[in-house]
Amino acid sequence: MPEYRDLKAEADRRWEELTQGSRPWIRVGAAMCGQASGALDVIDAIRSELGRTGTDARVDSVGCIGLCYAEPIVDVLSPGGSRLFFGNVSPDEAPHLVGSVLNGGRAPVDKAIGYLGPRVAGVPDLATLPGIGSQEKIALRNAGNIAPDDIYQYIANGGYAGLAKALNEMEPEGVVDEMKASGLRGRGGAGFPTGVKWSFMARGGPPKYILCNCEEGDPGAYNDKGILESDPYTLIEGMTLAGYATNASNGFVFIRHGHDGPISRTERAIEQAYEVGLLGRSILDSDFSFDIEISLTGESYVAGEETALMESIEGKRSMPRFKPPFPAAFGVWGKPSTINNVKSFSYAPEIVSRGGDWFSSVGRENCTGTAIVCLSGDVKRPGMYEVPMGTRMGDVVEEIGGGTPSGRPVKMIQLGGPLGHILGADSLDYGLDFDEMREHGAMLGSGGVIVGDDSRCAVDMARVLVAFCQYESCGKCFPCRLGMTQLLEMIERIADRQAAPGDVDLMNRVGSTMESSSLCFHGQLGYNPLRSALVNFPDDFRAHIEEGRCPYGDCEEPLLAPRNTRAFAEEHRAGAAPVQVLTR
Amino acid sequence: MTDGNGALRDRVRTAISSQGQPTVTVLSSLHAAHDELGYLPDAAIEEVAAYTEATINDVWGVASFYTNFRFTPPAEHALEVCWGPTCHILGAARIKRRCLEVLELTDEGNTADGRLSLKYNTCLGACSQAPVVSIDHRLHGRVTPEEMQRHVERLLDGAAARQDG
Repeated sequence: MPEYRDLKAEADRRWEELTQGSRPWIRVGAAMCGQASGALDVIDAIRSELGRTGTDARVDSVGCIGLCYAEPIVDVLSPGGSRLFFGNVSPDEAPHLVGSVLNGGRAPVDKAIGYLGPRVAGVPDLATLPGIGSQEKIALRNAGNIAPDDIYQYIANGGYAGLAKALNEMEPEGVVDEMKASGLRGRGGAGFPTGVKWSFMARGGPPKYILCNCEEGDPGAYNDKGILESDPYTLIEGMTLAGYATNASNGFVFIRHGHDGPISRTERAIEQAYEVGLLGRSILDSDFSFDIEISLTGESYVAGEETALMESIEGKRSMPRFKPPFPAAFGVWGKPSTINNVKSFSYAPEIVSRGGDWFSSVGRENCTGTAIVCLSGDVKRPGMYEVPMGTRMGDVVEEIGGGTPSGRPVKMIQLGGPLGHILGADSLDYGLDFDEMREHGAMLGSGGVIVGDDSRCAVDMARVLVAFCQYESCGKCFPCRLGMTQLLEMIERIADRQAAPGDVDLMNRVGSTMESSSLCFHGQLGYNPLRSALVNFPDDFRAHIEEGRCPYGDCEEPLLAPRNTRAFAEEHRAGAAPVQVLTR
Repeated sequence: MTDGNGALRDRVRTAISSQGQPTVTVLSSLHAAHDELGYLPDAAIEEVAAYTEATINDVWGVASFYTNFRFTPPAEHALEVCWGPTCHILGAARIKRRCLEVLELTDEGNTADGRLSLKYNTCLGACSQAPVVSIDHRLHGRVTPEEMQRHVERLLDGAAARQDG
């Protein structure tokens, strides 16, 4: 097996050839955001034009540089020239754009959103764009830059320096100490210190498991999938570091079946890591061995709860377990397990290679590093932005996001996923920080920020979130199963201007019962969206309940949400033939 | 145990016995069978139970829990409309309603002729391009009800042409 320095030398040689050789390099953003805006057709159009004209150029489908609003982005590096980024490229215009750059013609600068490298007249420096300049990229440092299916590109950009350092120079405890020094807090939403979590892993030998949670069923957040599509290697290296630090033998990347882009890119990355000796037996000639595989779950939001996730890896219904025992002692198949979110693992390579102190200098003292925000809704520039922890939410929405497309004022922010809150415009002054959000009665969650302008109805927003939480209740514990259903019935009545007297009081009672008596976060937090909407937008509720009108018209459109089939299985059976009852 | 279609059972057996990942479970075997057939007939549930040494009840319990599994044959074309909060405020409900009208449906599911299926998806993962739909597993962003109607009608025409041909 090769040593790290041999791999690095080979990677550097290949990178130099890519970036300074005689062959043009075209990178097209084709993460899910790019694909939804037609990137696959753009790539096809470029490839066929290159074939037609006999032009020799490398075309890579890359991840997301964060500027989702400008996807599909075509980034052309011509030999000896600059990197020119074209935004919102259609399949019809792609061949012409690429052709004119590569054939030495005048670059169509009006279509270019930025350049990197030598200055290009009439085009802004990409780094000066608000969506790029305000970012501080750590987990997403390679996103859009490297091809997610070429491990050498990752290594050339500093990848695996952290693992090489850990294996050659550090004891496992040293890696844990470095993670503790970094102050990194788990990015799945709870904000528990990652290094401390790693130190909880039971001692003793294999099998012990490292589990990566990429269930990410949160509507409004796609940063976990964004990392896997843009740079799956940083996750794999991070998990391997966690394996070394906790003396674990195996890792699972847990993804929802059907998210084909993130799945196939992660699969390929794992294969390559095995091919070059960065996974498997005796990694980088050390005595450390580690295996990673992908575990596909089905559609179930609760599968992202850590013990439900373990049930799903074991192949069962993803219903949460009682805790204790905790995963560090009794995890998947009853073996010690450490579970983190994709983002948490993805910071680890840089933390180990550059030091925990460096990481802790980014962000705030008690909330170090960066927040990866998925900005969507009523904003001019929706995207995936990695900003220092503590950044004011208003700076993200207004400066990076450009404010609302309508120019109307921001009315509400839906923060923290479907179990998070519907906040008023005063939340624009809140810093993105676990503790500061908690002080304001909000939660940062996984980083989804959905903006609504003042033409949006808070009752309608609450209705869709309650419907989601009801649909996704796993059905195991009754406060959640029945409570969410009751809440949905009531919010639908309110939205339909048919509220019964006492509905609001009853919602509060049901909500607080769920909070105090549900088994997992789903039920404990499931009342958050509705309660926060009631508190922050009392006028909207009053109009529906007392005046019998939706001032915005939003509630006149039927919601058309699917029905929960887990908790109420009769629906599900309707389409299927009866199954015999047998016991083994 | 019912005696299902032999060829179908063979396809399921091959699919579940040639899974690529090292860890094989009831759920992974259901995925393999579903990927192969596009749905889970009783025969698939039975084969998975036999292969994983689980009871049919246990396998059915897992299959009925995850909402991606179908129990009736798939339609020729699969339409999915995202109803996550971002897509919702940017117009997903109008897209769903338009689909129902064009497809003459009252709820998600297969059309009467079984050629198209409509599904409401909780999040298709491209919130920055909302509202998002998926047509035959390909994402389309910033869709209007009118564009969606054109997509649906194109699929209906194509499916009709093939059926007539």
